[in-house]
Amino acid sequence: MASDCLATFPRRRNATVSTIDWTRLAPPEARRLRELGFDEGVEVQVLHRATLGGGPIACKIGRMTVALRRAVAASIHVSPVAG
Amino acid sequence: MTQAAPLVALVGNPNAGKSALFNALTGARQKVGNYPGVTVERHSGRIALDDGRPVELVDLPGAYSLDPSSPDERVTRDVVTGRSSFERVPDAMIVVIDAANLDNHLRFALQLIALGRPVVVALNMVDLAERDGLVLDPAVLARELGVPVVPTVAVRKRGLDDLRRHLTDALGAATPAAPADLPDESLSALQRRARAIAKAAIVSETPARRWAHWLDAVALHPVVGPLLLVTILFVMFQAVFTWASVPADMIDAGFKSLEGWITAHAPDGFLRSLVTDGLIAGVGAVIVFLPQILILFLFILILEASGYMVRAAFLMDRLMATVGLSGRAFIPLLSSFACAVPGIMATRTIEDEKDRLTTILIAPLMTCSARWPVYTLIIGAMIPNTPVLPFVRLQGLVMFGLLIIGIAGAYVAALVLRRTVTKGASSGFMMEMPKYQWPRLQDIALGLWTRAVIFLKRAGTIIAATTVVLCLLLSFPKPPEGSGISPVDYSIAGRIGRGIEVVVKPIGFNRDIALALLPAMAAREVAVSAIGTVYAIDNTDGEAGQEALTDRLRGRWSLPTALAFLMWFVFAPQCISTIAVTRRETNGWKWPLFMVGYLFAAAYIMAGITYWLAVAVGL
Repeated sequence: MASDCLATFPRRRNATVSTIDWTRLAPPEARRLRELGFDEGVEVQVLHRATLGGGPIACKIGRMTVALRRAVAASIHVSPVAG
Repeated sequence: MTQAAPLVALVGNPNAGKSALFNALTGARQKVGNYPGVTVERHSGRIALDDGRPVELVDLPGAYSLDPSSPDERVTRDVVTGRSSFERVPDAMIVVIDAANLDNHLRFALQLIALGRPVVVALNMVDLAERDGLVLDPAVLARELGVPVVPTVAVRKRGLDDLRRHLTDALGAATPAAPADLPDESLSALQRRARAIAKAAIVSETPARRWAHWLDAVALHPVVGPLLLVTILFVMFQAVFTWASVPADMIDAGFKSLEGWITAHAPDGFLRSLVTDGLIAGVGAVIVFLPQILILFLFILILEASGYMVRAAFLMDRLMATVGLSGRAFIPLLSSFACAVPGIMATRTIEDEKDRLTTILIAPLMTCSARWPVYTLIIGAMIPNTPVLPFVRLQGLVMFGLLIIGIAGAYVAALVLRRTVTKGASSGFMMEMPKYQWPRLQDIALGLWTRAVIFLKRAGTIIAATTVVLCLLLSFPKPPEGSGISPVDYSIAGRIGRGIEVVVKPIGFNRDIALALLPAMAAREVAVSAIGTVYAIDNTDGEAGQEALTDRLRGRWSLPTALAFLMWFVFAPQCISTIAVTRRETNGWKWPLFMVGYLFAAAYIMAGITYWLAVAVGL
């Protein structure tokens, strides 16, 4: 996959959600993700990654901080925002 | 025209400050009940409108949409659509939205407005939004939404008069409430509309304040974060055992003097001994632990109210994932160290059913406060307090070891359960992290008060009753005069005890323990008073009665027996309240019975292993 995903995107850098692999997510997960405001075209920023080995990530979406597991973050593709 | 006061539902996203607004509007005039079957708490209260009309206000559980994914959210959906079997159709709604989080909260608000009921929007926490550099225009918001919008700061009681005035108008125009259909606009379409409205309503915006980011940079740091969590937990348990000693000693002294006063003023006889040896000694032995429990709850309430608890869940997620649970389970499990009952109730926020069930099933393995009296008594009597390392003594080490064995047991149990009876896809961890905030003193005080009342009620009812019943069963029938048979052995309880003894003898338990196990089903701490009562009644020669309980234990129990008894209490589900709450939360007898079965089996095996190992190494 050419584009970055939220799981590996550098911290504290603005990004725009390009696509979300909704099909890779379980239906309740996909719904919760939508409810938290994740959608194509939305701006996000990775804030923190928990413990070194594969813990969840915390990202900023709108004015909210949301915790996600990496598997979910891996299906959110993002592209960097210039500047 | 109905006789009842109009019903107004308070609805909104989690973290919108809904409960704070509810508390500000109703003050002390609120009732906490339960929605039957789902054990979702129902908070309701009465307020008066400007024209003096009373209105019933009900605080519904926070939700993200009308498409429920947990029992809490189902209650909210059913009530607002008017399809709840336990709640009237609401006449109007107050929709609470966080001013700093419009995009998200407006989406749910739009869904709620589409239901067609009279709505007043409370634009809450406007002060925090402004502090964060966000200026909003409520008038634009009101125009776009087509309903009145009132800026409020619930914790400072700002905007409440406006809110009541608009509510009066909304109710005045209301047509009789009827069930409504779910709006069928898709989530992404709603989200787009919400974003457009939010954009129009924002006058100016600067990036969010830095300090919250700094706090999270520390609290969620890959190395510093876990260290901080361990430190907080260490301080918490340390405080529980050190701060509590002074008030606990005072309570103990109070009960001792009450006992002394009764002994001095009442005639000697069976009734006096029932009151002093049974009631006062039994209930007193339990109430002594009130300070410890309150300190533990104080920490848990502060961690929750400050927003840190979700950060702890974030840090724990990786570890919990290895046994197929999520970080969310950490919150109820931590509460279970105080008491498994509120812990099991706190699992309601876990969306995944299998995940929730597993958490419920392992919650009783956390060392709840009811075990402390048992551990303290046995360890104090049987384990020498020799220093092992600087600052570490053997008694403390054994206590800590029991705590760790409980956690390890829960870990193994979760691992096995998730691969067998609660098998299923690993559930996710997706959570909004609330903003940090100073916990409000009134809210913490109210929380502590509620816990104290529950605890004292329990001590005054279940524990008092069990102790008295045991006392009676131990005293009758009396052995024939001069027969030389011990009165305990001759009594009804003694005969039942001998039956139990057959089963527990292989794991090193004696008659005293067999007698204590049955009443301890009511509550673990009863074991302490039960053993005390057995010795008090068994004491045929008055002299031995002066001996302290600890001395008697030393004389009659071997060390392997004591260790096996401690191990038993790590695992055994000796608590009727836990079994009852599990039945309620899982809607049936299947899971509580399973829980009791697997925990008793584990207790029997672990106590047996402990006993035989201890005997083998010659303790």
